[in-house]
Amino acid sequence: MKEIIKVENLSKKYRISHKKDGMAYSTLRDDLVSIFKKPFDWVQGKKENKEDIWALKDINFKVDEGEILGIIGLNGAGKSTLLKVLTRITPPTEGTATINGRVGSLLEIGTGFHPELSGRENIYLNGTILGMKKKEIDRKFNEIVEFSGVEKFLDTPVKRFSSGMYVRLAFSVAVHLDPEILLVDEVLAVGDAVFQKKSLGKMEEVSHKGRTVFFVSHNMASIANICKRTILLDSGKIVMDGPTPEVIDYYMGLRKNKTAEISWQNPALAPGNDQVKLQGARILSEDGNPISEADIQKDILVEMTYWNLKEGAKLLTSIHLVNSQGVTVLTSFNASSASLAVDPWYEKARPKGLFSSVCRIPANFLNDGLYSINVYIASYAGARIAQVAEEKIISFNVFDTGAMRKEFSGAWIGVVRPRLAWETKYRGNDKQ
Amino acid sequence: MDYKVVIRPKKGLASIDFKELWHYRELLYFLAWRDIKLRYKQTFLGITWAILQPFLMMVVFSIVFGGIAKISSDNIPYPIFSFAGLLFWNIFSNSLNNASQSMVANANIVQKVYLPRIILPVASVVVTIVDFVFAFLIFGGILIYYRFMPNFFGLLFLIPLLLLITFSASLGLGLFLAALNVKYRDVRYALPFFIQLLIFITPVIYSVSIVPEKYHWLLALNPMTGVIETFKAGFLGTSAINWQILMISVVTSIIFLLFGAWYFLKTEKTFADII
Repeated sequence: MKEIIKVENLSKKYRISHKKDGMAYSTLRDDLVSIFKKPFDWVQGKKENKEDIWALKDINFKVDEGEILGIIGLNGAGKSTLLKVLTRITPPTEGTATINGRVGSLLEIGTGFHPELSGRENIYLNGTILGMKKKEIDRKFNEIVEFSGVEKFLDTPVKRFSSGMYVRLAFSVAVHLDPEILLVDEVLAVGDAVFQKKSLGKMEEVSHKGRTVFFVSHNMASIANICKRTILLDSGKIVMDGPTPEVIDYYMGLRKNKTAEISWQNPALAPGNDQVKLQGARILSEDGNPISEADIQKDILVEMTYWNLKEGAKLLTSIHLVNSQGVTVLTSFNASSASLAVDPWYEKARPKGLFSSVCRIPANFLNDGLYSINVYIASYAGARIAQVAEEKIISFNVFDTGAMRKEFSGAWIGVVRPRLAWETKYRGNDKQ
Repeated sequence: MDYKVVIRPKKGLASIDFKELWHYRELLYFLAWRDIKLRYKQTFLGITWAILQPFLMMVVFSIVFGGIAKISSDNIPYPIFSFAGLLFWNIFSNSLNNASQSMVANANIVQKVYLPRIILPVASVVVTIVDFVFAFLIFGGILIYYRFMPNFFGLLFLIPLLLLITFSASLGLGLFLAALNVKYRDVRYALPFFIQLLIFITPVIYSVSIVPEKYHWLLALNPMTGVIETFKAGFLGTSAINWQILMISVVTSIIFLLFGAWYFLKTEKTFADII
């Protein structure tokens, strides 16, 4: 196998300045004033409130032709910086990367598109910005136009395009660059769901052609589906580099210690009022341990703990489960007609003290993805009065173990993903 | 085609990779073409602006400086005198304006795609040649109107040389300002003011002959002095060409270019991170 990328001791340092006003760029005046205030610091190259951060530190790896490499890690682990260095947008501070082939990234879709220029003009402009030759664009022009499906509007300024047409045209140009190495950052990918699906499809297609793909994602299921090998980055370093299932397991193990949990030790600071105070909320696994990554095949417990401060109060507890698109997937509360088993404290006068209420979300029911929880506690004495209402107080991720994916590996559409009963019957052959 | 690339830290002054620049020559062409195409989009008068701007400036200068202030124009009609200066002055001032904004205006390209970034200010400077051509046509019209016979030796020999000096000086200063503008957006506000001041220490509206001779070398440090004086002397025949001033201008314009390119390349590596 031909070695297509070789990265040796690659490091990238950023200097972060802690500015008071949080301005994005400095003004000449600020810098001049600081020089006059502390001339000796300036001469010695000292700057106030500056901190070096290694976004990448001693990265080493090799990629062979045709390999599909996944890159995972938490936000700020250095994934995007690595792509930026490999696309030469920003130079490394130390080390080298040798690349044998043209690099394309779906980051750059529509870069340099100008709204006033026509579709045709933008194809040429964008194509040359991405590194294509005019001759190459001439040759691929018809293909690009056909793939984009905007033939009729080629001579219309793209500012009159619908956003869908705009993205299709931009995508078409980027795809026809036909790079040997494709870098995809799903985290940064913009566009609608259709577009994202299209780019994922393109990526799979490219990989079948023996091209090399770098795939950065937060979505473990897509990584598991597409990449054989995965690199785990943490704080700019490679923590693990190996077969995807092992790396994902290790990564999930790391994240297990971080819980989707919130709690207040001091009741004075806790949300609520003089009747009820929230003590905390957390996601628990079946065996009662706090987790932030929930296995799609296991029950998920949502626990809230709270102090009842009023003797004899009757309380109603409720949760909303909201997915990452902001859709409320479900609402549940502990009323006897609305729950599976009657809650022992439902409609009972409660003594003062700490209570814990747990709601069980069944296994094999939610789709994979990020969810957050809203917590409500109401009192009722004739009428219900909300005492605690905390939105998106905790969040957790449901991850796909692949148990339902023996036959199908694509995106699983739907707000929920229950296992449902199917039965097909043969009804005879009476048509003939 | 072989696309092998070795990415390594850019330490100190990155040398210009001329091979790579040659590879990107078509991009230079397309960027320049884009800027020309977009310049007068959605304007009512369109390309007429390229003619109208220097023409109106000449009219105002002729009335104020030629008519009211009676500034000496070396015995040639003041409109011809001032327009000759404006021809080159406008390349210089437009180049500075365009180049200083070139990195910030193309920030999305700088942040998302690799290309030799020096192409962006260069393309923005090249564009000003179009305005020059249009303005020159008007200049021809003015010469005919006043039945003024210029020295055609100047047309063939001097103009290419003077254009080179003008581009070298304005690109050099433009590169410096483009890089500075990435970090300090003050440039956007300071530059128009700076250009307005600069026209008064450049012999556009007056002739170097009205300045005491002992200060000529000082004026000559401004490369546009040599360009405009030489053009007036060689093409309009106002006086003999002052070769000394011209040589100083050649040297300063080369120094401008080297300094601008040095500063640009020195700071280029941080552009994507701070723009």
